[in-house]
Amino acid sequence: MLTRRQTLGFLGMLPVAGATLAGPRRAGAQATPARGGTLKMVAREPLVLNNGIQSGIHAGMPGCQLFAGLVQLDEKFQPRPYLAEKWDVSKDHRTYTFQLVRGATFHDGKPITAEDVKFSLEMVKAHHTFGGPMFRAVEAIDTPSATTVVVRLAHPYPAFLPSLHPVTLPIVPRHVFGDGQEIKKHPANTRPVGSGPFRFVDWKRGTALTLERYDGFFRKGRPSLDRVIFEYISDPSTRANAMETGEANYTPFGYVSIADARRLAQLPTLALTTKGYGGVGWVVYVNVNLRHEKLQHLKVRQAIAHAIDRDFIVSEILSGFGKPLWSPIHSSSPHHNADVPKYAYSLERANQLLDEAGFKRGADGTRFPLTVDAGTNTVEIQTHTTEYLVAQLKKIGIAATHRPSPDFPTFASRMGSWNYDICLDSSYNMPDPVIGVERMWVSSNIKKAVYTNTAGYSNPEVDKCFASAQRTPDAKERKALYARAQQLIATDLPCIFVVEPTYYTLYNRELVGLPEDVHGPQNPYDGVSSLKGKRA
Amino acid sequence: MGLGRFAMRRARGAVVLVCGAIVLNFLLIHLAPGDPALMLAGEAGGTSEETLAEIRRDFGLDRPLPVQLAVYLGQILRGNLGYSYFYRQPVLELIGARVPATLLLATTALAIAWLLGVGFGVLVAWRPRALASHALAVFALVGYSMPVFWTAIMLVLLFSVKLAWLPTHGMVTTGLEGGLAASLVDVAAHLVLPAASLGLVLMALYSRLTRATMRDVLVSDFVRTGRAKGVGEARLVLVHALRNALLPVITVAGIQLGQVLAGAILVETVFAWPGMGRLAFDSILRRDYPLLLGIMLCSSMVVIAFNLLTDICYGILDPRIRHR
Repeated sequence: MLTRRQTLGFLGMLPVAGATLAGPRRAGAQATPARGGTLKMVAREPLVLNNGIQSGIHAGMPGCQLFAGLVQLDEKFQPRPYLAEKWDVSKDHRTYTFQLVRGATFHDGKPITAEDVKFSLEMVKAHHTFGGPMFRAVEAIDTPSATTVVVRLAHPYPAFLPSLHPVTLPIVPRHVFGDGQEIKKHPANTRPVGSGPFRFVDWKRGTALTLERYDGFFRKGRPSLDRVIFEYISDPSTRANAMETGEANYTPFGYVSIADARRLAQLPTLALTTKGYGGVGWVVYVNVNLRHEKLQHLKVRQAIAHAIDRDFIVSEILSGFGKPLWSPIHSSSPHHNADVPKYAYSLERANQLLDEAGFKRGADGTRFPLTVDAGTNTVEIQTHTTEYLVAQLKKIGIAATHRPSPDFPTFASRMGSWNYDICLDSSYNMPDPVIGVERMWVSSNIKKAVYTNTAGYSNPEVDKCFASAQRTPDAKERKALYARAQQLIATDLPCIFVVEPTYYTLYNRELVGLPEDVHGPQNPYDGVSSLKGKRA
Repeated sequence: MGLGRFAMRRARGAVVLVCGAIVLNFLLIHLAPGDPALMLAGEAGGTSEETLAEIRRDFGLDRPLPVQLAVYLGQILRGNLGYSYFYRQPVLELIGARVPATLLLATTALAIAWLLGVGFGVLVAWRPRALASHALAVFALVGYSMPVFWTAIMLVLLFSVKLAWLPTHGMVTTGLEGGLAASLVDVAAHLVLPAASLGLVLMALYSRLTRATMRDVLVSDFVRTGRAKGVGEARLVLVHALRNALLPVITVAGIQLGQVLAGAILVETVFAWPGMGRLAFDSILRRDYPLLLGIMLCSSMVVIAFNLLTDICYGILDPRIRHR
């Protein structure tokens, strides 16, 4: 299995290099992987290092180095063994029995047992931002032996296995985190004892986090790198400079601007890839406040949908790093439905719809005013796409004004108090619709908090689709339910879908075997090696 | 009025000023839209109202603003600057950890600004028609006109990216191995560009100021007398004239400390320098109220203290001021 992953990681790099499989240098590197070297990432600082209580990619990336998970996922979202070397699923899809790798140890040398898995799952369920919805179906966890975990679910729950990846379920030591101190304030959150390929060395707050190889890691012969360093740099151009000079060698999640990334990818030492973001599912849309008296009208929303030239945004603003979006589920997801109503670019049609809705142009040529907010995002989305949207709305007689948010808290409080008309916003699908999609559309999640159903959308049939899909073990049936939900949402148009931008990773060619499955950079880097490392 | 009484009166004023600054800082921060609880609950979303309420309760953010202010003032009186929302560490500890880096950066920048600025100013005033003087005058004008962050970016592009002489960011190379000597060289290499960026603006200011006062002094009677008596030109300029020309420069240097601290925010952000400026920048974005307030309090106090010192120096140098 390891060889397979390695090969896939290796294959994934080739299109970027534009070479054939028989490249002798790379083949050599694979046969006798170099040991040593450092992966130095340009990153942003998380609150804590325990990603079991803290969501977000800034905690997820170091979390996956520090902590192992029960499974990893392949490029098709299928679970692959990790700390769980195998598992059985009962016929009724309600009982999962996991066998853990024997002899696995935490970074303090103590064995990783079934009790730790139980403890970790309970911790995530109780304390993680979306741990509650993610593991709500978990009814009981039994530990018949030190290496056997039996999880009983209240109902079939197909999103269960994919949630056992270390990014969502890091396995933490019970003997450390379960010592009676409050989990959220536990000192080990900032100096963790982990179970993953790299162990904690030092965290200079505001500067850098240093991890080093854990020699007792349960995957024999791994990891290959000596160290993984996360350097915190707030300024995007400083990040780009660090990559250009070689002071850093890895920067994922578009931490440098598209312009810089494209320029730097021309250098012989650097390469750019868009692989490894399928599990993120980044979707950009115009969030509509359905309580607005004009926006209540379907024709007004359809008009706005027709006024946006998605191809222009993809080719001119995103420099090709993206695709038009027509449904709430990202095209990389197996649940994506391409067969939904699409609103082709036509200002004529948009004007006609607004006239039909009864909002004729006044003497000054405008129909009604509208405030356009924008969520914190990349400059291409937050600034350029928002400005484009405002200009397009003006063309169809909507007197749009951009109300910028200086930072995330400002934006979040506007959304959280439903104080907006429309907002160019984005969110992550996450590996399963239960975690990242449902929250925006079900009427039970109409809440005064950002990234919930702030629009106030309610369609009982959509609610039913999501509720059934959550418990349907059959992949085909489940896909059909999500397909129906997408169809309904794209027809009701409570939200106008715009684009799915592609994240990109800029990396130094010295690094080989970077993970490119659906979780990409949020994976253990135990299979990564450096050409600058010493030969084993 | 005696100097002691004069100093006391000024110090009383300074204390009132510090109190005012604390209240003003507090209100200013809380007027900005945004909720730290939302920030803390994580950016990936799905935040529940219960979690938000819990965070607000934890940090006392659910209480009315006047109560929060009263609690904060009470804390400060007990020497406690509070607890950072983001780092979950005492504010005083966090600031203390960052002060040395900012101090190193600011003093180096000031030293560069002083030595070069005064030197250039003297040269330009002394030999206004020399080619070098014209060049320096233009250099000073450009240096003063350029925004600090832009200077910083340009210096990085030239010396780090193009020439690869110096590192682009940080104060140390993370993971560097070697002894004390290697570490010192490493820090020095990291220091050059940020200190130069911050120093350049001040250098330009000092050089223009020195030039202006030097020109006045060089045509004054005592210089002519000195020349007539046969005092050497170098001694005349560097000792007699310069000593008199420096007074206004010293005054401005004291008052300009605020600018150094403000400039440090930009420079530290561009260079990812782990000082107070970058801590301030990050805590604004994170709505880390206690930390930001702590930093603002410290910088207010430093600026007020320096103004007080300048005032007292004035009182010593020119006793007439004490009676106004």
